Amino acid sequence: MHNEAMAVTPHESHPHHPALAHHFDNLEQQTEATTLGMWVFLLTEILFFGGLFLVYSVYRYLYPNAFAAASHELDITLGTINTAVLIGSSLTMALAVRAAQTGARPRVIVLLLLATMLLGGVFLGIKATEYLHKFAEHHVPGPYFQFEKEYFREAQIFFSLYFVMTGLHALHMIIGIGIMLWMSWWALRGRFSADYYVPIEVAGLYWHFVDIVWIFLFPLLYLIGRHGVH
Amino acid sequence: MSGHIVPTRVYYTIFGILLVMTYLTTQIAYLDLGAFNTVAALAIAGFKATLVVLFFMHVKYSTRLTKLAVLGGLYWLLILLTITLTDYMTRHWRSYG
Repeated sequence: MHNEAMAVTPHESHPHHPALAHHFDNLEQQTEATTLGMWVFLLTEILFFGGLFLVYSVYRYLYPNAFAAASHELDITLGTINTAVLIGSSLTMALAVRAAQTGARPRVIVLLLLATMLLGGVFLGIKATEYLHKFAEHHVPGPYFQFEKEYFREAQIFFSLYFVMTGLHALHMIIGIGIMLWMSWWALRGRFSADYYVPIEVAGLYWHFVDIVWIFLFPLLYLIGRHGVH
Repeated sequence: MSGHIVPTRVYYTIFGILLVMTYLTTQIAYLDLGAFNTVAALAIAGFKATLVVLFFMHVKYSTRLTKLAVLGGLYWLLILLTITLTDYMTRHWRSYG
C-alpha cells in the first residue's frame, strides 16, 4: 500500500500505522471490525453448506438402508487419514497466525503457511485418488452407474451428494491454498507485525471453517452403518 | 490489543484431542448402537468443531459481539435443519414415493 502514509498527517501529531485504514480510529478497532466481518461471511458459508447438509438429512431419513449400503463403498482408511491431515493443517495454520501475532520473522510465518498448503495438497491428492476409484468402480451417478439392484436409484442420490459436498469442500480448499499463497507473499514483503496481522488471522478463520465442514462430512459420508449391512 | 496470544501448548493439546476424537469416532462406528450411532457421530463431530471454533478460531478470546454472531449463525442453521426435518418426519412423504 502507500508507505508515505507513515508521514505525520496534518491534523494529528502522531504518525499513522501504514496499515490503518482512514475510516478506523485505531488498529484495535480495525482488527475487531475485520474479524467480525469475516465471521459474517462465514455465517453465509455455514448456511450455504447447511442447505446441503439438510438435503443429505432428508434423503438419509427417507432411504437409510440405501445410504448405509452406498456409504460402505467409500474407503474409511483414506477418509480417516484425510481427517487427520486436515486437522494437522489447522494446527500449522494456527501456529502461522501465532507467529505473525508474536512478530516472528517472515521466514517462520512462510514456512508454517507452506506446511499448511502442503497438508492441504496432500488432502486434495488423496481426494483425487478416491474420485478416480469411484469412476473406475462405476459409482458416479449417470448412465454408467452400477450398484446392487435394490438400491440402484437411491444410491445415486447418495453419490450425487457425496460428489457435490466433497467437491464444494475441495473447491474451498483450493481457494484456501490460493489465499495462503497470497498471505505468504505479504509475509515475505514484511507486511505483518505484532500490531498488524489481521489478514493472516481472517485467512486462518477461513481455513479452520473448511476444516470444520470436513469434520462433519467425514462421519456423515464415511461412517454410516459400518456395523450392520453386508 | 485484542489479539490474545494463545500458548503453543494449548494448540498442541487441542490437536491431540482432535486426533483422539477422530480415532474414537471411527471405532464407535463399528459398534452396533442402533440409532445412537448417528447421535454419537454427531456429538463427537460437534465437540471437535467446538474446540476448533473456541481455540483455533480464537472465539474463546474474542469480543462478545463476535461470540453473539457465531451463536446467531448456529441458531439459524438449527432453524433450517429442525423445522424442515420436523416437516419431513411427520408428513409421511415416503408414502408418495
